[in-house]
Amino acid sequence: MEKRAIFDNKLLPYALLLPQILITLVFFYWPASQAVWQSFLIEDAFGTSSEFVWLDNYRDLLSKPDYYASMLTTAWFSAVVTFLAMAIALLLASMANKQISGRNAYRTLLVWPYAVAPALAGVLWLFMLQPSLGVLSKLLRANGVDWNPLLNSNHALIMVVLAATWKQISYNFLFFLAGLQAIPRSVIEAAAIDGARPMRRFWTIIFPLLSPTTFYLLVVNIVYVFFETFGIIDAMTSGGPARTTTTLVYKVYQDGKLGGDLGGSAAQSVILMAIVIGLTAIQFRFVERRVNY
Amino acid sequence: MASVTLDHLKKIYPGGVEAVKDVSLTVPDGSFTVLLGPSGCGKSTLLRMIAGLEGISSGTATIGERIVNEIEPAERDIAMVFQNYALYPHMSVYDNMAYGLRNRKVPEADIAARVNEAAKILSIESFLKRKPRELSGGQRQRVAMGRAIVRDPQVFLFDEPLSNLDAKLRVQMRLEIRRLHNRLKATSIFVTHDQVEAMTLADQVVVMNAGRVEQVGAPLAIYSRPASRFVAEFIGAPPMNLLRGTITAPGVVSIKDGLRLPFDQSAFDAGIGQTVDYGVRPEDVAITDMPAANGATEPSHSMTVDLIEELGSNRVIYGLLAGSGFALVTRTGIASADRVAFVLDPSSAHLFDGESGMSLRHAV
Ligand SMILES: Nc1ncnc2c1ncn2[C@@H]1O[C@H](COP(=O)(O)OP(=O)(O)OP(=O)(O)O)[C@@H](O)[C@H]1O
Ligand SMILES: [Mg+2]
Repeated sequence: MEKRAIFDNKLLPYALLLPQILITLVFFYWPASQAVWQSFLIEDAFGTSSEFVWLDNYRDLLSKPDYYASMLTTAWFSAVVTFLAMAIALLLASMANKQISGRNAYRTLLVWPYAVAPALAGVLWLFMLQPSLGVLSKLLRANGVDWNPLLNSNHALIMVVLAATWKQISYNFLFFLAGLQAIPRSVIEAAAIDGARPMRRFWTIIFPLLSPTTFYLLVVNIVYVFFETFGIIDAMTSGGPARTTTTLVYKVYQDGKLGGDLGGSAAQSVILMAIVIGLTAIQFRFVERRVNY
Repeated sequence: MASVTLDHLKKIYPGGVEAVKDVSLTVPDGSFTVLLGPSGCGKSTLLRMIAGLEGISSGTATIGERIVNEIEPAERDIAMVFQNYALYPHMSVYDNMAYGLRNRKVPEADIAARVNEAAKILSIESFLKRKPRELSGGQRQRVAMGRAIVRDPQVFLFDEPLSNLDAKLRVQMRLEIRRLHNRLKATSIFVTHDQVEAMTLADQVVVMNAGRVEQVGAPLAIYSRPASRFVAEFIGAPPMNLLRGTITAPGVVSIKDGLRLPFDQSAFDAGIGQTVDYGVRPEDVAITDMPAANGATEPSHSMTVDLIEELGSNRVIYGLLAGSGFALVTRTGIASADRVAFVLDPSSAHLFDGESGMSLRHAV
């Protein structure tokens, strides 16, 4: 006897898939193809006519030094935020994984920032770091630091990094904690009996066993810094001062929305899209091969 | 090698569970001691305290000459084989075995020599390069043993290392562990809840119950002279028959319904009027012909057969005697499938105090 449900109606499966397909079409393929199409066009200043120019937008883009500056900013920004957010989260997760009292309250507190929208996180940190009124700025000033993120680009970068890192730690923390809990306790105990001190245990046993989680988070964090920090940057610095916090995604917005260069902006989106597709492809390949063991 | 001495050891877990209550025990140098007891009696806890994986709430643990209460697991010079093997999944078999030696900064050449020697003993030479996930359960088990023996520790600790293997492999590994012990003569403490494992492996069996030691002794002594009702029931399969009754005459325990069972009065410290549990092992019960058939002179008993378990070499017959379950083991077939007669040898009877459950046998 066949136990599986059999649909006589050949159309039913497609009908059931339809909402999913529609959503993907409307919210991904449609805008994506629009962006690709747009990136081949130049519009006149009034948006009344457009001309098909093949790759001119790309050529234009790649010949401008400020695009490379933005790329560098993004690379730097994502490297620092990813490293900090992951390192701090791993440290916190290792501590939370120990048998300590009040562990549950500690975990809950650590997870909260994740529920905060990026723009809100930006505003929150902005309040604290606002040059004249912010709590932290006052503290810095009292200690002789002339804190002014509105004028000093290093200060602005530090501020954005802080907010972006703070926001992402919870997410990483959750995954690291789950990863740590998946490591059998007896393996770590065996290492302890085998004479490995806690630090050596961490680097020779725990860290290698966490590598699938670490790799997954690496990709997710890079993608996060590339895209989701938009809200933080917009709320805190609007890309300034002097464009020093203009990441690639913020530049798309600046050039397209504020600068009116739709074609150039679309070309940038397409490049960004290619980067993400590349990252995701790498991730899938490695996840399939199950990193390390 | 070293002996292990536990002195009034206690363990209270943070939640308030008293897992080990006042255990004093000596594991002689070079002995194979098995901790045996039902699930949850505190065997693993006791072993983990010796290993240093659990803190000691009170009392002292001594390995060799050293009190180890405050000493890290790494410094105790012990090796442990875990139930799930706890191999390092990202390392090859070779690296698994070498890990402990590398942590102790042994030169690579010595490591290679020791790993290869251990691999030869355990016949795992051909998969030294594999990862644990590429091995069968039995092979992993060997690697776990190998990881322990390369270190040449003072004491080996085993926490139910065979319980994840299938029945046949379990018997085979059991033999190998014992052979290995005969060869290395290393002090070993082995936790199990399987009495056959305990009886076959041990020089000394420690029977535990609810966080306490019930009896310590050689396997045969524990089998033939159980110190308490608990041990009597726990050791032996099928378990010892136990019937509640009162001593009504020297050497006679009266159960209800006029059933009178014999025991050797000279062996026990028991007086008339005392409430006792009368015990006899199913394999000590001798089957006879039905009294009507031969007009037997010996006092014999009979019961209605409820169930027969065929085991091949012998069979277990279950029935009801004076209202309680009663089992006996016989090699021969029985004449009738519904009634069976048997005689009880007074010298194979056990008596336990009705209240404390302690054996009433004279100390020898
Ligand atoms: N970490 C812990 N925290 C609190 N209680 C525990 C802990 N570990 C064990 N216990 C309790 O201590 C008692 C003894 O546990 P233990 O693991 O030593 O039993 P065991 O004899 O090894 O049993 P098994 O044969 O099932 O392995 C049990 O009641 C158990 O619930
Ligand atoms: Mg256990």
